[in-house]
Amino acid sequence: MTVQAWTFVLVAASFTLYIGIAVWSRATSTKDFYVAGTGVSPLANGMATAADWMSAASFISMAGLISFMGYDGSVYLMGWTGGYVLLALLLAPYLRKYGAFTVPDFVGDRYYSQTARIVAVVCAIFVSFTYVAGQMRGVGIVFGRFLEVDVNVGVIIGCFIVLFYAVLGGMKGITYTQVAQYCVLIFAYMVPAIFLSMMITGNPIPQLGLGGTDQGTGMALLERLNGLHQELGFAAYTSGTKSMLDVFFITAALMVGTAGLPHVIIRFYTVPRVRDARISVGWALVFIALLYTTAPAVAVFARTNLINSVADTPYTEMPEWFTNWEATGLLEFDDANGDGRVQFVGPDSPMTNELTVDRDIMVLANPEIANLPAWVVGLVAAGGLAAALSTAAGLLLVVSSAVSHDLLKRAFLPTITEKGELLTARISAAVAVVIAGYFGINPPGFVAQVVAFAFGLAASSFFPVIILGIFSKRTTREGAILGMISGVTLTAAYIVYFRLIHPELDNAANWWFGISPEGIGTVGMLVNFAVTLTVSRFTPPPPPHVQELVELIRIPKGASGPSEAH
Amino acid sequence: MNEQPSESALPSQPAVTDLEVTKRHAEYWRRNIRYMWILLAIWFLVSYGFGIILTGPLNAINLPGTSFPLGFWFAQQGSIYVFVVLIFVYVKLMNRLDQEFDVSESEGI
Repeated sequence: MTVQAWTFVLVAASFTLYIGIAVWSRATSTKDFYVAGTGVSPLANGMATAADWMSAASFISMAGLISFMGYDGSVYLMGWTGGYVLLALLLAPYLRKYGAFTVPDFVGDRYYSQTARIVAVVCAIFVSFTYVAGQMRGVGIVFGRFLEVDVNVGVIIGCFIVLFYAVLGGMKGITYTQVAQYCVLIFAYMVPAIFLSMMITGNPIPQLGLGGTDQGTGMALLERLNGLHQELGFAAYTSGTKSMLDVFFITAALMVGTAGLPHVIIRFYTVPRVRDARISVGWALVFIALLYTTAPAVAVFARTNLINSVADTPYTEMPEWFTNWEATGLLEFDDANGDGRVQFVGPDSPMTNELTVDRDIMVLANPEIANLPAWVVGLVAAGGLAAALSTAAGLLLVVSSAVSHDLLKRAFLPTITEKGELLTARISAAVAVVIAGYFGINPPGFVAQVVAFAFGLAASSFFPVIILGIFSKRTTREGAILGMISGVTLTAAYIVYFRLIHPELDNAANWWFGISPEGIGTVGMLVNFAVTLTVSRFTPPPPPHVQELVELIRIPKGASGPSEAH
Repeated sequence: MNEQPSESALPSQPAVTDLEVTKRHAEYWRRNIRYMWILLAIWFLVSYGFGIILTGPLNAINLPGTSFPLGFWFAQQGSIYVFVVLIFVYVKLMNRLDQEFDVSESEGI
């Protein structure tokens, strides 16, 4: 069978599976639709969270980014896993005890204010749409390259699949499809990684192979890659080029952003008890860590492979994958000195670099670069789609519940019936899919960068007010509202200024203290904390029933909050 | 006849238990916060400490038995393993604490 035949078969098979699960797990009530009836086992929820969490950026772009960034890529590895420690220790158990349906639910009730609720809704929608744009672009890339359909057609097919199971099944459908999607994506990620590790280091475990020896030269693999980098004029792979302060701030923004992302937080509303919420975060991180400790190994294998197969090699001897990817425009060769060889060199080299490689293709092209069997290539396509679709569905649910539950039921139309609310939830999910599809067809920037901004916004809005809402009874509604607004405004303004208005100024010399737009979310979060605490001190304390509520959520025992009453 | 004393005893009884419950809950919360700070300190040390601030000096040595520069290993592998362990340690500590203070939820909710 050809690569394309395998891809068609594997993608079609996985899509059929998702649709089958969606039909089997239809939502029949708003509780099913928003929180899967709070009946998900901690292990299944851990798996679903991992799929929800690991987006097209994790699957497609991350290893490629690390491959190009070397040590600097650690910001993604630590940033996108360390947040789970914060979730487990500071957020998940308490929010589960409170038992709300959405993040704005908690913010609105804890801060006894419809204004706080609306601000939280706006932040949730803003963050989710920023994030979902990246997913749909990922779907487009996979379809474009592997199925050779038009990228736009690919996005529309992806939309229909998500539409089907998100609208029909709500959180319940999404949860069980995500469990299946996790299995598909992790299998698709590990198989080529194990093949590559065997090939390059002789060790089947990529995490160990990374610290092993290069079979070709007998040198330590990382030492060998550092050597190649030096020859070609790149910075040493294991030290990186970003300033320590910037690495610190980006890592913090990603960690805190992870813990503040609404689509991640609401996953922990779906388990039955507080103790389930705690252990479920642990399982989620186990499943995530499996991919996240493999990614840096894949990055090094891919980098070594790429350099070995293209650097200073005649263009006419390029392998088939090279020309395949050239056709998509994601790989470009421009023979500047006309010698017919590919000069792939870094900034410290006297020569001019002639090869541009889009970071997104590193994982997707890996099986071809390593000459793996055709079915592995098809599997990677199915895995990339699973990663993108599962995250997109989780985000769309946040948008839909923000509209039907937070805006209608809790703010503007409290008399709406259960049936009416469920219908509105379905309609808003459908509208959100259409908007996401638009972003997929007209994508902003490349996947991981766009997604990185969603973290800054989540870090600077939700994280501080949720933490203070649980850990400080004295935090008032005025403090929370002003805190959220100032944090988000600062972060968004900094990012928009450097990325959209003055991209030519976007370098370390102009940044505040050398903090890049990716890391500014940390500053936004600190500002949010400072404003919330200061304003709370000078405003009247929260009413007694709110203080009692805080007491209640700190203790696992006792009736949980509003979701029981719905 | 027997109803008289029990009725008069009723108003004061909940007040005493309420106070005791509040005190126990405060102690539970204090212990929880202590666990939290200890675990967060380790979280900070392995990632921001070993993985970022001290990564340069640590790279001078290799992780024993491998060819990983130690700082690089913490940044791209080690910190993630420690994160996983930290969460499971927290789960274990909190489940025990819930039992000790009798605040765990009943089964089957």
